[in-house]
Amino acid sequence: MSEKDIHHEHHEHPKGATITDHVHYQDTEGVIRFEEDHGHHDSDRNKKNFIHTYIFSTDHKMIGKQFLITGIFWAIIGGGLSNIFRMQLGFPDVPLHFIGAIFGDKWAPNGVMTPDFYNMLITMHGTILVFFVLTAGLSGTFANLLIPLQIGARDMASPVLNMLSYWFFFLAGLVMFISFFVPSGAAGVSWVFYPPLSAIREASVGSETGADLWLVSMSFFIVSSLLGGLNYITTILNLRAKGMSMAKLPLTIWALLITAILGLLSFPVLLGAAILLMFDRSMGTSFYLDKIYMSGIGAMPHEGGNPILYQHLFWFLGHPEVYIVILPAFGIVSEVLAVNSRKPIFGYRAMILSMLAIAALAFFVWAHHMFVTGLNPFVGSVFVFLTLLIAIPSAIKVFNWITTMWRANIRYTPAMMFSVGFVSLFISGGLTGIFLGNSAIDIQLHDTYFIVAHFHIVMGVAAFFGMFAGVYHWFPKMFGRFMNRTMGFIHFWITFVGSYCIFWPMHYQGMAGVPRRYYSHGAFESFNKFGALSEFITIAAIVVFLAQLLFVFNYLYSMYRGKKMTELNPWKANTIEWTTPINPGHGNWDGPIPTVHRGPYDYGKDGEDFIPQTVPMRPGETTHHG
Amino acid sequence: MIDAMTLSEENKKLANAQRFGLYLGLASIAMLFTALTSAFLVRQGAGNWLFVKMPIQFWISTGIIILSSITFYFAKAAHVSGDISKYKLLIWSTLILGIAFITLQYLGWLAMAKTGVYLDGNPGGSFIYVISMVHVVHVVLGIVLLAIVSIHTTIKSYNPNHLHKIGLMATYWHFVDFLWIYLFIFFQIKFF
Repeated sequence: MSEKDIHHEHHEHPKGATITDHVHYQDTEGVIRFEEDHGHHDSDRNKKNFIHTYIFSTDHKMIGKQFLITGIFWAIIGGGLSNIFRMQLGFPDVPLHFIGAIFGDKWAPNGVMTPDFYNMLITMHGTILVFFVLTAGLSGTFANLLIPLQIGARDMASPVLNMLSYWFFFLAGLVMFISFFVPSGAAGVSWVFYPPLSAIREASVGSETGADLWLVSMSFFIVSSLLGGLNYITTILNLRAKGMSMAKLPLTIWALLITAILGLLSFPVLLGAAILLMFDRSMGTSFYLDKIYMSGIGAMPHEGGNPILYQHLFWFLGHPEVYIVILPAFGIVSEVLAVNSRKPIFGYRAMILSMLAIAALAFFVWAHHMFVTGLNPFVGSVFVFLTLLIAIPSAIKVFNWITTMWRANIRYTPAMMFSVGFVSLFISGGLTGIFLGNSAIDIQLHDTYFIVAHFHIVMGVAAFFGMFAGVYHWFPKMFGRFMNRTMGFIHFWITFVGSYCIFWPMHYQGMAGVPRRYYSHGAFESFNKFGALSEFITIAAIVVFLAQLLFVFNYLYSMYRGKKMTELNPWKANTIEWTTPINPGHGNWDGPIPTVHRGPYDYGKDGEDFIPQTVPMRPGETTHHG
Repeated sequence: MIDAMTLSEENKKLANAQRFGLYLGLASIAMLFTALTSAFLVRQGAGNWLFVKMPIQFWISTGIIILSSITFYFAKAAHVSGDISKYKLLIWSTLILGIAFITLQYLGWLAMAKTGVYLDGNPGGSFIYVISMVHVVHVVLGIVLLAIVSIHTTIKSYNPNHLHKIGLMATYWHFVDFLWIYLFIFFQIKFF
């Protein structure tokens, strides 16, 4: 093809010009012509209407912001729900009249919530936070924002699929939100959705229409995750800038790549489980249901199914899902720790290999969630062994993070504080994982608050810390302004200390046998002694929640009033997202995409504070940090 | 300044990316069916299993879907060699065979019900209904996409970019074909 065959209007758009959207091929000589609009011009933005710029945008940066703001919305709802049910656990006698005002009086007669409402709250809390916040909110935000910017691409491989990914997520959220207000309320069968409770409509109030809507919502969510993941992997493997070999990728990108692979292989399995469940619920099949007698109804028509089958399918997704939640945080924290320690990440390759090892093991440990299902002890022992193997790559990561900070001249930004906090939480929560990975101990602790403490620290709060670190660190890239530091530090300290106050005491409750998922422990003499502790946990939970509102305020305030960015690379980082303009247009770089010459962690090398990836290697310079 | 070479490379990159993305999508579909057939296998191992003889309609539909892959193969070959009228004939035949496949699957379900194998009966039958239905959903998706590609490539004037689209479509089509052959054989094996 000759140059005359191409018409590009580059010169007419001096700012934020993209390449692909201004190229028209003459369709001769077998040239592929892409008709989809692969980017809008920055100066086009003024011409485009509000809907194209902010709603149905195909710009990965805008889609990232959409994921983030939607994630924040759901985090407030999901966190708020936990405060309501913590009130029930800490202060069961205090009437909460607002429940009736919002959801209807039948859920809380005289302000005292019903057990069904409690079930609804814990189900929606788990679903919203695991899927909507820590999967879509975390991966969706940072994969969209960082992948094209850090690998040097103008956008995702398919911006349209990317937009669809967000809108399927939005739709999933909408259906879930509506489910709160149907007469039978939202789903109330726990986020793991185990049959037979979830498979028989008549089994509980929370098994009725709410459960149908939950399944519909999750189906949309799975489609969203698959479209997103497909795009992330394709983009990372195919659209890297010149010189950006896999061994030069920032760890954020490696983490997001591995996360997307996990999602792509495990979410379809959840979809399979959900399809069979839908048939059991609505078409009378017996995949998960055996002979059941229900009081008031009589014998159910089902026969020959097995509820444990669902658990196998669910946890085949469910365990990788844990890593889908935590791996992006690994990546973000690795990047933020290195940048703010002004040192190369310790053991770059070991970090990648350990993430790959964790991802591979993720598919072979699912049954450790099922030790109490009557699993054959031999099978159990295999899963114990495989589970404990995960401690090795996890320990490598922790060691490397600490070694990165060791003797460093650390720059304490809110992002750095949250990253250090992440390492602390990952150690605390990870150690209890070693207890629970042993079937002999798990059988005792499985249905107690020990588990609640473990997974909230290692996966819930830790992943949130990764997310906060990412938001504080890349906020300038998103909005061209900084978040307020003081508010950031207050947010960090309350959240850090407060989270430990919430979850640390739960270990003691769990070891004493206090069961989780119970609406009230009042009827049990032996658990009543923990009443004061439960009150303390509830107060801590409310304080931590209020601190998150401070974060939301800081976010919104800083979007419009935050300190403006005056230099391209405020953190003095090496990665190439900081070579784009302060407010990059669709297409990211005004001119050509920069060429990459070196790895992302050349900090404190050869007497220089930092050497960006775009700086060519000097003669005789070694690739490894000296 | 960007030169012609860079531009063409960038588009080549995108073409490769699209093909790669398709493979990932297929891997994801494969995982869905792996999950469903694993569940089939595990449940069969637990006993109380009704072994369902495949209705004749499923045998015919298997032949039809294999035939549709063959017509698609030759349609693509005709497009490559520039024989557009032959291409048109073959691509529309593929589409019609696809519709015939779905119809036969539906008739197959009716035939199963006639022999007393119901959707809500023994899981041995339910699994076959559900898995084949999920497969049909993927064929329907294929038919919709194929219809779009067919209309696009036959009504609009000849364009070399069409081959790229036809190639992607063919990969998907052969995949769902292979998937059905796998399922069809799988349904007939007594594992336990």
